[in-house]
Amino acid sequence: MDWKKEFKPLLIIVSIFLGVFFLPIGIPRFDNAVFEALELVKWYAREHVLLCLIPAFFIAGAIGVFVSQASVMKYLGAKANKILAYGVASVSGSVLAVCSCTVLPLFAGIYKMGAGIGPASAFLYSGPAINVLAIILTARILGLEMGIARGAGAVLFSIIIGIAMHLIFRKEEAAKAAVQMSMPDVEAARPLWKTASYFFVMIAILVFANWGKPIENYGLWHAIYGLKWLITSLLSLTFGVILIAWFKISWWKVSIAAVSVIAIVLFGSQVIPHDVLPVVAFAAGAIGLSVVTSVDKGEAGDWFSSTWTFAKQILPLLLFGVLIAGFLLGRVGHEGIIPSDWVSAAVGGNSIRANFLASFAGAFMYFATLTEVPILQGLMASGMGKGPALALLLAGPALSLPSMMVLNGIMGFKKTFTFVSLVIIMATISGIMYGYFF
Amino acid sequence: MKKIQILGTGCPKCKKLFEVTVQAVKDVAAEADVTKVEDINEILKFGVMMTPALVVDGEVKVVGRVPRPEEIKEMIK
Repeated sequence: MDWKKEFKPLLIIVSIFLGVFFLPIGIPRFDNAVFEALELVKWYAREHVLLCLIPAFFIAGAIGVFVSQASVMKYLGAKANKILAYGVASVSGSVLAVCSCTVLPLFAGIYKMGAGIGPASAFLYSGPAINVLAIILTARILGLEMGIARGAGAVLFSIIIGIAMHLIFRKEEAAKAAVQMSMPDVEAARPLWKTASYFFVMIAILVFANWGKPIENYGLWHAIYGLKWLITSLLSLTFGVILIAWFKISWWKVSIAAVSVIAIVLFGSQVIPHDVLPVVAFAAGAIGLSVVTSVDKGEAGDWFSSTWTFAKQILPLLLFGVLIAGFLLGRVGHEGIIPSDWVSAAVGGNSIRANFLASFAGAFMYFATLTEVPILQGLMASGMGKGPALALLLAGPALSLPSMMVLNGIMGFKKTFTFVSLVIIMATISGIMYGYFF
Repeated sequence: MKKIQILGTGCPKCKKLFEVTVQAVKDVAAEADVTKVEDINEILKFGVMMTPALVVDGEVKVVGRVPRPEEIKEMIK
């Protein structure tokens, strides 16, 4: 028996056994928490996966494949205009960091071979916060206000942090490595306006399919709400044409998909309840799109492959995050294992202490991609103030204890410590300001 | 004997590139040795900022994406 190796499986078995042996089923708070976790994950599946996450994955996949990373990286290289580099670094996260795993290598690259520690720090702070999936889900679940605040806050304060890092360490700016940056290939298969239109249509479909019902029964918002499915359908038809004309997918394949969706709409109303029908049609459209693109041997195939990779990577993590958030904090208006008073006491209101605590916890806690959203949702429902919520949103995804260790390996303790402190301070300040004005 | 290196810090795309490359090597029965480079500082030495990346005999062939198997086979011939 090799105890050195075997103690690990033994430890796991014993821990699981003890956990299950002492499972507190029967204690109301525990049962309720389990119930809340399941209710929350069901709600996510019903309300957000089909109409919001799936289009978001397609958009993220498209960004990964069709946006020329090389042209963005030009602005972050060693010879780039330094002032422009800050601006580009602060927003390029949405385009470059669609996969959260690329943030750290990119940071290391910009720091050591590119524009330097200033733009690199700006990128590191804003990247995880403004990746396209994060913004879409934040706006959808936590509200448009929060989504915009997160995006704007990340961009604005990333520039401040970047400049601060640059000024603090300007005397130490190491000589740039003589190695030439290896650029990804610049393949512009189509003119920019076509790519832009393609993205515009996808984003428009996402926005209109998810157009929320306003409280008032009149006005522009309400009118659009009434027409949302008509608008979405027209956009989808346009999208079908784009797929045929610009992406060379055979017209008969796209037509079969389109016809199936139309058939569902026309004949399905007899078997499917009226309010669920649009969702079913939308899902059918998504399935049609998946089938049509996955068999394609060209760019559309790459696009689907990229989309599918995101879905595989993120859905399990999100599911797990939602279950944990539901178990710990419960749904809106309900409680999980953690009593709401604890949350309100710790991070309720808008005090400096609350914002700082949220920011500090966020910096050290690890959030798998997108899991910060259900957790924030639970915290806010349990009494967390809006200011501290934003603070957590800004500090959370950018940092975690593991990532701090990697950063330490790349730029050393002093710079890492300074960066982390700047993040916590900026997140706290953003939180206080947001909580005060909104 | 070709030396193929996959540069990546361990994210899913990097793992996928490794698997696809190993498979491609098998498919064309190439004489090649496929290894992973996971240390960031080592990766930077290649001038690579966007992982994953594919390096054949010291030359960076693909940066920032997972190429199709046909593309990889072209590169390792």
